[in-house]
Amino acid sequence: MRSLIDILDFSPEEIQELIDTANDIIAHPAFYADKCCGKKLATLFYEPSTRTRLSFEAAMYELGGNVLGFSESTSSSAAKGESVADTAKTVSCYADIIAMRHPKEGAPLVAAMNASIPVINAGDGGHNHPTQTLADLLTIYREKGGFENLTVGFCGDLKFGRTVHSLISALSRYQGLKVVLISPVELKLPSYVKKEVLAARSIPYVQTTDLEAVMPELDILYMTRVQRERFFNEEDYLRLKDSYILTPEKLKNAREDLAILHPLPRVNEISVAIDSDPRACYFKQVLYGKYMRMALILKLLKEAGRL
Amino acid sequence: MNIDAISNGIVIDHITAGCGMKLYELLGLGDLDCSVAIIKNVHSGKLGKKDIIKIDADIPVKLDVIGYVDPGVSINLIRDGKLVEKKRIDMPEILTNVIFCKNPRCITSTEQELNHVFRLTDRRNKIYRCVYCETKAN
Repeated sequence: MRSLIDILDFSPEEIQELIDTANDIIAHPAFYADKCCGKKLATLFYEPSTRTRLSFEAAMYELGGNVLGFSESTSSSAAKGESVADTAKTVSCYADIIAMRHPKEGAPLVAAMNASIPVINAGDGGHNHPTQTLADLLTIYREKGGFENLTVGFCGDLKFGRTVHSLISALSRYQGLKVVLISPVELKLPSYVKKEVLAARSIPYVQTTDLEAVMPELDILYMTRVQRERFFNEEDYLRLKDSYILTPEKLKNAREDLAILHPLPRVNEISVAIDSDPRACYFKQVLYGKYMRMALILKLLKEAGRL
Repeated sequence: MNIDAISNGIVIDHITAGCGMKLYELLGLGDLDCSVAIIKNVHSGKLGKKDIIKIDADIPVKLDVIGYVDPGVSINLIRDGKLVEKKRIDMPEILTNVIFCKNPRCITSTEQELNHVFRLTDRRNKIYRCVYCETKAN
C-alpha cells in the first residue's frame, strides 16, 4: 500500500506529477469537485494543528469527499492506551485514506505498516512533514518556474525545523542548488543533514549568523519559527526565540524577485509590514498546500484502487 | 593452548581481536548448556590477532548480530567433525531488535510492543539509523 511518510518516498517525477495535478486543479476546480464523492479521509491528529488539519479537511471537501477523525489525543482511544498500530487497523475499516499527525517521530510509519489504506504523514514531532514540503515545492515552482539553479536561504531554527530538513532533502535532487544556512549557533542544521544530504550530493552550502549579509544572493528565503514545543528547556527557548526578525529594513538589499516563504504559524519572525510586499509568498503557500494535498489524496486513492 | 575440536557445531572465526566477548554476550551464548569456548588474541596471518568462538552444538546463530558487531567474520558449520559450510558475514541491511532506539521522541519510546528496527544508511562508515525517527545508532 502506497503511503507518504517522507518526502523522499516520491521521486522527482512523481513530485512533478503532483505539481501538474495541483496546477490543473487551480485552473479547473469544477472538474475535480466530485472526484472523491463517497470517499472518506480520516484525520488522526494527536497534537494540536490548525493549518494542516484544516488544509486536509478543505482539500477533501473540495474533492467532494467527507472527513472524520479527531483533533487531539485526549478525544481518541489513545487516551485509553490504544496503540497507533491498532488505531490504524481500526480506522482502515471506516475510511479510505488517513492523514496522521503525532508528537512521536515515526508514528505515521507505524500506522502505514499496519493500515490497509494509504497513510499521509501530516507531521511527526520534529521529524518529517512531507505535505508542508509539497506546499513549499508548489510555491517555489509557481514563483520560480522550476527548481534548478536556485540559491535558497533557510533562516531561524534549522535544528528542530522539520520543514527545513524535508525541503533541503527534496531540493537536493535538482541541479544547481545552492544552500545558505542562517541560524544562531545553537540552532544550526544537524550535522547528519549536512553530511548525508548536502555533502553526499556535493551541494554547495554556507553557514552564517548574518541574514543581511547574504540577503542579496537569495532567490528564496525560507523563514522559520523557533518552536517552543521542541525545547525541553524554557530558558533556551526564551534566549533564542527572537534571533531573527525579518523587517522591511532587512529586505533593503534583497532581490526584486526574491520569494519569502514560511511554513507558518509565525510568531514575530516576519514583521506584518512585510505581508504587503509582493515578495511575501507565505499566504499563497498556505493555499498551494491545500491544492497539493488534493493532488496527493487523488494520487494515493488512485494507486490504492479506491478511485 | 589446546581447545578440543568440535564434531557438530559452529566456529565463528576471524573475529576482530577484542570483539569476542561482545559477540558472546549479544548472541546470548552464556545461556547455552553446551560447551562454548572463546579464544582471544589468536595469531592470524591476515588480521595479526583475532578472536574465535567455538560452539559445540548445532544452534541457530543470529547472523545479523554478528554482521553488525564485526562484519567480515566467518561462520564455519561443522558436521561429524568436518567443515560442511563456510560463510563470510557482511553488515546486514536491516537489524531487528538487536539494538534499541534511545531517542525519547521516537514512537518506540512509548509503544512497547514495537520492534526496534534499524537500517544501514552508510555502509562505509557503518551507520545504522532507526527506521522510525532516523536517529543514529550509537
